Amino acid sequence: MKRALGPLVTLVALLVLNAALQRALNPYYFQVLILVGINIILAVSLNLVNGFTGQFSIGHAGFMAAGAYGSAMFTLTVGQRFAGALVSAHLPQAIAQGAALLVALLLGGLLAALFGYLVGLPSLRLRGDYLAIVTLGFGEIIRVLILNVDAIGGARGLPGIPHWANFFWVFLGVAVVVAVSRNLAHSTYGRALFAIRDDEIAAEALGVDTTRYKVTAFVIGAFFAGVAGGLFAHYLSYLNPNSFTFIKSIEVIAMVVLGGMGSISGSMLAAIVLTLLPEVLRPVKDLRMVLYSLMLILLMITRPQGLLGTRELSFGRLFGRRPATEPRA
Amino acid sequence: MSEFLQQLVNGVTWGSVYALIALGYTMVYGILRLINFAHGDIYMLGAFIGLYTSNWLRAGEAPSPAKAIAVLLTSMAACALIGMLIERLAYKPVRRSPRLSALITAIGVSLLLENGGALLFGADPKFFPQLIPSHNIALGMGVTLSNQQLIVLVVSVVLMTLLRLLVLHTRVGKAMQAVSHNHMAASLMGISVDRIITFTFMIGSALAAAAGVLVALQSPKIEPYMGIMPGLKAFVAAVLGGIGNIPGAVVGGLVMGVAEVLVTGYLSPTYRDAIAFVLLIVILLVRPAGIFGKAVTEKV
Amino acid sequence: MKLRSSLGPLAALALLGALAAGCSSGGGHAEIVIGEYGSLTGSDATFGQSTKMGVELALTELGQNQGGKIGGLPVRIVSEDDQGKPEEAANAVQKLLNQDQVVAVIGEVASSRSLAAAPICQQAGVPMVSPSSTNPKVTEVGDDIFRMCFIDPFQGTVMARFARTNLGLKKVAILKDIKSDYSVGLAQYFTDAFTKGGGTIVAEQAYTAGDQEFSAQLTAIKAHHPDAIFIPGYYTEVGLIGRKARELGIDVPLLGGDGWESEQLLAIGGDALNGSYYSNHFAVDNPDPRLQGFLARFKAKFGKEPDAIGGLAYDAANVIFGCMQKLAASDPAAFAGLSSTKAGTPERKAAEAKLRDLIAATSAYPGVTGVITLDSHRNATKPAVVLEIKGGKKVYNTTINP
Repeated sequence: MKRALGPLVTLVALLVLNAALQRALNPYYFQVLILVGINIILAVSLNLVNGFTGQFSIGHAGFMAAGAYGSAMFTLTVGQRFAGALVSAHLPQAIAQGAALLVALLLGGLLAALFGYLVGLPSLRLRGDYLAIVTLGFGEIIRVLILNVDAIGGARGLPGIPHWANFFWVFLGVAVVVAVSRNLAHSTYGRALFAIRDDEIAAEALGVDTTRYKVTAFVIGAFFAGVAGGLFAHYLSYLNPNSFTFIKSIEVIAMVVLGGMGSISGSMLAAIVLTLLPEVLRPVKDLRMVLYSLMLILLMITRPQGLLGTRELSFGRLFGRRPATEPRA
Repeated sequence: MSEFLQQLVNGVTWGSVYALIALGYTMVYGILRLINFAHGDIYMLGAFIGLYTSNWLRAGEAPSPAKAIAVLLTSMAACALIGMLIERLAYKPVRRSPRLSALITAIGVSLLLENGGALLFGADPKFFPQLIPSHNIALGMGVTLSNQQLIVLVVSVVLMTLLRLLVLHTRVGKAMQAVSHNHMAASLMGISVDRIITFTFMIGSALAAAAGVLVALQSPKIEPYMGIMPGLKAFVAAVLGGIGNIPGAVVGGLVMGVAEVLVTGYLSPTYRDAIAFVLLIVILLVRPAGIFGKAVTEKV
Repeated sequence: MKLRSSLGPLAALALLGALAAGCSSGGGHAEIVIGEYGSLTGSDATFGQSTKMGVELALTELGQNQGGKIGGLPVRIVSEDDQGKPEEAANAVQKLLNQDQVVAVIGEVASSRSLAAAPICQQAGVPMVSPSSTNPKVTEVGDDIFRMCFIDPFQGTVMARFARTNLGLKKVAILKDIKSDYSVGLAQYFTDAFTKGGGTIVAEQAYTAGDQEFSAQLTAIKAHHPDAIFIPGYYTEVGLIGRKARELGIDVPLLGGDGWESEQLLAIGGDALNGSYYSNHFAVDNPDPRLQGFLARFKAKFGKEPDAIGGLAYDAANVIFGCMQKLAASDPAAFAGLSSTKAGTPERKAAEAKLRDLIAATSAYPGVTGVITLDSHRNATKPAVVLEIKGGKKVYNTTINP
């Protein structure tokens, strides 16, 4: 009973917030909030790969694209009819659409995970710089593939996706990815991932099957990136391959790096900051990317461990009630 | 057949441009083990500086070979300076940091140059004036070469030969080779490692600038984001040839150029960008050291 | 335990949301706000700039003739840049609708961007008038979407007819931009009309807007020996393609559509484009006094000649002003709903609906780009002119009527 309390409270809180915020905020602010949520999912999922496992992947946008187009195509071909069928079976529209959306997101995530597996298996033999470039390459290949398939809109984009994603679904995604990350970090899987990050050769020498763990982290990260992509598609109602260039991958990396590679709450914080920043800077929009890049450079020179390093933000430590624990190994 | 030969000619011309850019990548990687993401943007800056110099010299209205050479040299010199600045300000502080931090710094510099350029020059494309009025040279069998393409080829070959002479037959060149083998040992031999690194950056940047001006000559549209793709592809070319290996970079560049043009002409132009990455993945899986590289075992 | 690290930021977000809800957009003095979005930056930046200038000229003249007011309320235009990207067009329109709460939207030139923004305007019930998007799908989005120009099925037929009949061409190759709905659509309509007229399409190649390199495609086209190449793309690439074609020894005429229309076309393409033809919305050497007067006034204000897009944007703005004036005169109570102080109220919705009806009823409006009558699909039925590029200048060649 106690274990179910946490998730239940979260679900209720999300439902309440969903109804309240939809009424209270103007659509522009609401849109920014949704984008914050999607970016949090992206950052936390990338943190699994870059932060926990120390594998530098710059192809996250490709997985997001796979999830986005996968879930969108499912919805446009089957999902809408499914939702319609549920409605005629006297289910309220919100639940019918929600069910269809859930299926679409899961399928999108699975497609992205599949791509993650296909990309991860060969690439994870490589190290450091090479891995980075190869993942960038794969991300671009996925994008070019999408560009060339006319059936999913190709270069002109895919319009007409039903607007099903709302605050509840996006932040449910946030809660799930954070929960999964936390649980992973505290498990033996997590120990193995950190070992790989610290010294891959030593880990291998001690019997850790590094390839298997690396690929697993990759696949899980890709799955959630796909879910984020699906939410993105069902929010914007319009997909264009240009939204998934490696610049997008770099934006997600910036969030993970700023937050501190290995820190879940750091990634969340950084995602919030880096999504709100361009909106706040809209009047000086041209300066946005310049400031972004300066931040990256200065960060690497002065504080490469980011805002939180590998530590997590917790209210206990914040208010001094608990003594600072050792940074997670 | 003539179509194939024409495509080949086009491919070799493009390939020589990729080779020029790849040289810079390979030299910097050889010395610093750093993928200088910002290299492609130096290429872009080279084109823009060339543009502004041309306008200042009014080379578009009264073109002359002397003005064209002046534009090329100015652009190369200016970018060499910029390369030096970048190295000193952004890369030197992270030289001792883990490779990941250096890579992210390089990405940051790249973004800064692109977006700073967009701010400075405006994001819409500008058009390079015709420094050399173009006419076609028929090569027989239905293949034409424009005199601009010929100039690109010739200048590239000249620059590459000069580089080879520099690296193999001068003291500085030998010092560069030494530093790329082992920093510690080189400095023990009395070589100022810092100076050599800066010098390498300057040479690499000058070559990238030359590539920028040469490309702008034949494809006159320039814009601040034009360096991203050629930069990445040139990096792939360098890896293809064996990263750290200078003749390898040239061969890699040519292979890349020809492969790209053939894929675009015979398969589909929309796969152009992907072919570079497909080549990269194939080479990294099959022969990671590249065509001319030596396989290096990692010591624990 | 897993709750703690996620609850924190969630709580922070809720706080943020509450704060934001507290600050609603402030009121101000009453005025009419009209939105305009276009590609002020990006590869086809002259489209957005021309649109903005055309609209500005219309606003200036409103200022001169009526003190800048309609129905007693001052008119203000808010311009947003979409950087030439469809996603940004959607963003820009969202901002115009939700933050500036505009009563009408002018835009866009490129059909892809209009298509990204139109559903948003349609859902909000705000009329959107595109000056020159020619892809038929744009107005099919809904009855709040209008355009001041002809559509591509017509334009494609125009060039096909011109190629077959006026130029007597039998074999044409096509080089289209697969990134643009406009280009792909126009290529299709041209193909249909040209083959129906007895011609053959000998080759079809594609490029992506933003490309620099066209030699591969052109070499492939050259191998089929066409009589002409139809390039239904935008001026930036067309200029480069022209130059590359001549360099590769391709001497046949090049044909195109209104995407060529820009002052930059000849700056980029130079002499390579001599002997080419393209369809357009007007020709500057048309002696029509309305057009000539507009050209003179535009030149006086901006120091350069307008292109067709500037003219269409000017007409779009004036049509909207005219309809608002009609509403103010015939139904002042409803018109009051257009005021900025009434944003988000049922009166605004009612006023928008009436405005929409008035725009839809536009008939025989004397625009500078021709007489504009909107049909039941909210498209304008107008003739197209074919311009020829001779000696580095754009010269009028023929008019083709619908």
